[in-house]
Amino acid sequence: MAKGTVVIQAERCKACGFCVEFCPTKVLALASSFNAKGYHPPQMVAPEKCSGCDLCGMYCPDFAIFGYRLDAPPAEAVHEG
Amino acid sequence: MSAAPINPIEPFLRMDRMPTIWCPGCGIGTSMNCFARAIVESNVDTKDLAIVSGIGCSGRVAGYTKLDSFHTTHGRAIPFATGLKLANPKLTVVVYSGDGDLFAIGGNHLIHAARRNMDLKIVCVNNMVYAMTGGQTAPTTPPKSVTATSPYGTWDPAFNLPALVEAAGAVYVARWTTFHVRQLAKTMREMFSKKGFCFVEILSPCPTLYQRRNRLGDGLDTMKMYKTRSKVRNGASTSEVALTPTGEIAVGKFVDRERADYIELMNSQLRDQLGERYVEAEVQR
Amino acid sequence: MKADPRGVLTGVHFLDGDHACCEGALAAGARFSAGYPITPSTEVVERFASRVPTVGGTFIQMEDELAASIAIQGAVWGGVKAFTVTSGPGFSLMMEHIGYAVMTETPCVFVDVQRGGPSTGLPTLPAQSDMMQCRWGSHGDYEIIALCPNSPQECFDLTIRAFNLAEEYRVPVFVMMDEVVGHMTEKVVIPSADQIEITPRRHTSQPLDRNRLYEACEDLVPEMAHAGEGYNFHVTGMTHDERGYPAPTTAVQEQLVTRLRDKIRNAAGRIAMYEADAIDGADVVVVSYGITSRVARRAIEMAQQNGLKVGMFRLITAWPFPEKEISEIAGKAKAMVVPELNLGQMVREVERVAAGRCRVVPVTHAGGSVHRPEEILEKILEAAR
Repeated sequence: MAKGTVVIQAERCKACGFCVEFCPTKVLALASSFNAKGYHPPQMVAPEKCSGCDLCGMYCPDFAIFGYRLDAPPAEAVHEG
Repeated sequence: MSAAPINPIEPFLRMDRMPTIWCPGCGIGTSMNCFARAIVESNVDTKDLAIVSGIGCSGRVAGYTKLDSFHTTHGRAIPFATGLKLANPKLTVVVYSGDGDLFAIGGNHLIHAARRNMDLKIVCVNNMVYAMTGGQTAPTTPPKSVTATSPYGTWDPAFNLPALVEAAGAVYVARWTTFHVRQLAKTMREMFSKKGFCFVEILSPCPTLYQRRNRLGDGLDTMKMYKTRSKVRNGASTSEVALTPTGEIAVGKFVDRERADYIELMNSQLRDQLGERYVEAEVQR
Repeated sequence: MKADPRGVLTGVHFLDGDHACCEGALAAGARFSAGYPITPSTEVVERFASRVPTVGGTFIQMEDELAASIAIQGAVWGGVKAFTVTSGPGFSLMMEHIGYAVMTETPCVFVDVQRGGPSTGLPTLPAQSDMMQCRWGSHGDYEIIALCPNSPQECFDLTIRAFNLAEEYRVPVFVMMDEVVGHMTEKVVIPSADQIEITPRRHTSQPLDRNRLYEACEDLVPEMAHAGEGYNFHVTGMTHDERGYPAPTTAVQEQLVTRLRDKIRNAAGRIAMYEADAIDGADVVVVSYGITSRVARRAIEMAQQNGLKVGMFRLITAWPFPEKEISEIAGKAKAMVVPELNLGQMVREVERVAAGRCRVVPVTHAGGSVHRPEEILEKILEAAR
């Protein structure tokens, strides 16, 4: 059972690869799908391994991903798509 | 549209201006991410946090942070910030700019603000080129680098930024890379609450210009290189932390010392000389 | 509103122009100055450094004029009225930041105590050769306001006016003094604070989250906020939209730059200050400003004593140039004589506006001393023939 999860806003991603590389438990990989700008955003390939450490969120230059612990979720709000 | 948890740093960013202009793999966004986290974690009142930047890719940070923000002229963020701080000493004033802006055209202002120990927090993103204008040589460009204005490779020696800033009088000097996200946020938090001239150099990739022209891979390759070649050297002598093309990248907090800041010095001198006649400047609201 | 009495040195004084200018700034509410020493202007800030700690404000000597000219703008956005002071070589260094003040609509005052140029020139001697520079010195299209005192009393009065105009129009305003006016000592009467009218900062009343701080009012001037109030606004020298965000498009450029021009041009009539004497029925009108106007007065007297119908038009605001008034004169007089301590600067504006309808006779002077009245009289007589 995963301790955490991530929220990905694919349209913001520029596919730099930082989140994929620096996730300590290798939860992420770049998807084969792509966003409107033609970038391949990340997707969770091993969601059960996510600890919610938010290292992906700290690295992202474009605020396209962040992680959180399931027992301490941040505030909700309506997202633009 | 759907309700979902939002990234806790978003309230501190101008999300209406996303996406940023920065290239894929550029580290400026990551540094700004750390800055926003530092704001969240330090509980600083953002009403009293102002950000001033110069011109360049790093200078665009001011436009993306949701603070009182000032995008000024090339090299002159520091004197603008000086006036801002002196008019309202309650403000925490951050100067966020690039290596060329702060150390070439802005070099004179930097050393004088450090000499004065002006209470400013300088965040210097060092990508070793003038990125915005197409990747020209900067005073931090390593020798033998190919840049837009050095097609045959540079021969200029490069500055050792921490040593320069310490010599000029800074009370807090640190260096990290955009790989060191946790440490960078912590350093920024420390700077917010330390009085005096504080400086952090942040090494960042410029994949489109510096890295590409010098066949150093992309942003991710550079981040991996930062991970491999960096060594934390807290308290190291700044004269020994100069960067070399293949050597160790010394990171950490090098200088953390106490000195009266400019406003303290000014007030105490004037109070001393004028006694009751001294009227401390009041902030006009 | 009335001046803050803490900054008003009420009384009858014997001051030189530089010192009077400093008192004008204090009376106007200036509480920050950043400067760099340059002859013959330095006394203005030396006095400010001495006075302001007992009034409640700050002076800082910066490392150069580049720093001084933008430090004052940081201070303005921090909530105070601010000014800097310089002469030719320093003025040249300030040009980029004059443009920044125009573009960001930062109200501030630049005092230029003119000396012989170009370059290092005559550091201790007068000229009026920066008049075109104050209008056109920075890059791009823009309008500014410039005032020309001709006495220490006017150095006091017009510096106050400069601050008031800066606040009203959110534009940099120039006090174009010269070395003689700056260093001549005369009686200066400083009234009580309740007799001095001050224009306050045009502070917005928009709600904190509206984010439209560059949206103009009816007079084309937007209201502003200060750092530290919770507006989270953005200021940039880039072409920007009403949110202050960079908006590098042709449409926004057109809108913004024409508004910055029109906010001054449309108000030119209200801004203009001049002194007109014996213009009606005059054959020759002498158009002058600053210290030269005092010599011109003598020359005019001498011409009038010779039975000539000579009038005087003194520019108190040199910019915006009083086109309406000069045009009227050009339609009625035979000639306009324009003495200046330069090789012909404001005379070009006179020629432009006269558009050939009357003779325009410059009385040039390379600088270093003031004209002798005879030099001006000679040209008046020539023009009257």
